[in-house]
Amino acid sequence: MNLIARLKTLNTPLTLMGGVLLLAVLTGLLGIPLLVRIVTVMFVSIILVLGLQLYMGNSGILSFAHIGFMGIGAYTSVLLSMTPAAKELANSNLYPFIIPLHLPFLPSLLIGALVAALIAAMVGFPLMRLSDAAAVITTFALLVIINVVMVHWDRVTNGPRTLFGVDNYTNLWTAVIFCVITIFAVYLFKESRVGLRLRASRDDAYAAASIGINMVMMRWLAFVASAFIAGIGGALWAHFITSFTPYSFYLTETFVILAMLVIGGPYSVSGAVIGTLVVTAAREILRAIENYVNILQIFPEGFFGFTEVVLAIVLIVILIYRPTGLIGSQEIRLPFRRSKVGSSEASQSIKQIS
Amino acid sequence: MINLEFIINTLSLGSLYAMLALGLVIIYGILRLVNFAYGELIMMGGYTMFLLAGFTPLPWLVVAVLAVLAAMLTSLFTEMVAFRPVREKSLTAMLITSFAVSTLLQNGALLIISPRARAVDLPQLFQTSVMIAGTNVPWRNILTIVTSVVMLTLLTLLLRRTVLGIALRAAADNFTMTRMLGVPANTVISTAFAISGIMAGIVSIFWIARSATVTPALGAPPLLVAFVATVIGGMRSLTGAVVGGFVYAIIISLLGIFLPPNLLEFREAFMFVFVIIILLFRPQGLISSKTSVERVG
Repeated sequence: MNLIARLKTLNTPLTLMGGVLLLAVLTGLLGIPLLVRIVTVMFVSIILVLGLQLYMGNSGILSFAHIGFMGIGAYTSVLLSMTPAAKELANSNLYPFIIPLHLPFLPSLLIGALVAALIAAMVGFPLMRLSDAAAVITTFALLVIINVVMVHWDRVTNGPRTLFGVDNYTNLWTAVIFCVITIFAVYLFKESRVGLRLRASRDDAYAAASIGINMVMMRWLAFVASAFIAGIGGALWAHFITSFTPYSFYLTETFVILAMLVIGGPYSVSGAVIGTLVVTAAREILRAIENYVNILQIFPEGFFGFTEVVLAIVLIVILIYRPTGLIGSQEIRLPFRRSKVGSSEASQSIKQIS
Repeated sequence: MINLEFIINTLSLGSLYAMLALGLVIIYGILRLVNFAYGELIMMGGYTMFLLAGFTPLPWLVVAVLAVLAAMLTSLFTEMVAFRPVREKSLTAMLITSFAVSTLLQNGALLIISPRARAVDLPQLFQTSVMIAGTNVPWRNILTIVTSVVMLTLLTLLLRRTVLGIALRAAADNFTMTRMLGVPANTVISTAFAISGIMAGIVSIFWIARSATVTPALGAPPLLVAFVATVIGGMRSLTGAVVGGFVYAIIISLLGIFLPPNLLEFREAFMFVFVIIILLFRPQGLISSKTSVERVG
């Protein structure tokens, strides 16, 4: 393949990566602190949503455990990156062997992601046999288990109390770099052998099995990769927020991430990115309204939950009228010398098989 | 430790959990939908009681009936507005819808009423106890057991003796075939959601009687209980749901006695590990109805 052809197949990830980078540069140039904050969190959200898309989009199975793995990545990386003094201050009950551990940010982040992936690999292998409702309940059970352990294992997580004193390593640029890498990696996964086989088994389990695709194995690989990405997202988020509790990694966050993916379109990488953009923008506007109403003190009990109510209604409407999301199952690409072969996913898949 | 008090408490907890599990399973049996919004129906019942008992002079029994009615109407309404349009699309779409409905109702309560807990006025009966054979038994527990026996009898009669009930059971067995034989899908599904709502409403009375308060997040703990109980009993069988409810109550009570205190706080985690193990090795639950296809490998 020559360079042009190669670039053509990479049109989608390059477009998305370029778009994300452009956004980061513009935000950096504007330099408004609030905007920088919002965009940084958004890049982390894109990573988390992409991680979920990698598993859900390719396997067609809803997973609730994703945010749990985010939590594992967050706590592991934070316990490695914090200074011993800060650890003793934040949690006097911590296991003594954890206190002297002190690593730079990048190794901490990677170990956090690896631990999340390792746990996913261990618990995921039997779970991948399950489909439909059973799969959903087991991943939901996994989320509950991870949460219960995080809330009660106070010698590691400081229990339900806030873990504070984390160094702020994540900024706009670290977030965007990881975001760009994740976009590329998730796209490569989708077009890889594993991704293709997984999607084949999603569309027709029996036909896929008949040509020798090991569906359980493919799902497992995607599940582990997805947990790894969730771990990275969690580590980045933790080093940006710098103080958090186990409840940051539970149903509320799950709902937001799921809404981003489903509104954008769960079957494409572009959908995950666009969905995160749209939902982040909408949430910030709604939250601003919520805060404004609270400042005016119209309601004696406060004005809470408005953002979630609107988001939930939008999500239901999208599921009813556009179940494949805003983007659908197609990937966005720049109109860059239109080829006659067409850009549909199907024709591309056929080319790859032959 | 296992004395009369323990037995009555466990029986009452078991009957509550049995009703809870029934309401979830009756929808799952027909639609394969795990209704995440089920817990919020209980919350709706709770807020109805809070509003009516606190601000109207209605007698308490009327308040209780209206609370059940509110939970039922909410259930029917969510079915018509949210679940019916996505029913034909995909299971995942339906599951996400139920998750969204749950968030919507929960935050709706947060928005309209208050994030803070609200006290619910309950009749004196719920706080008093009676002496039976030398043990103090709360009336609440006796009422729970009696109500569940009545409800289970009524439900059994409905399912065995009426055309609608037979249609429901047929739909739970093979929905496509039932529809081909001329049973309207919407009627069957609406009935299932109505029964589910009634169960949630009744559970809400006894659930709230334990703490006498209602919060927007009230629905989560009963939902988790219902999940575990239905998985134990087998997701597709109504008898299984009842058995699952009692088994759950027995396990959780025994864990409460025998688990060392430092592990007791992880009790919920143990229950969910148990759920995963059951789904892996006996996905049809303790009581199986038909071979399940959830496991692929």
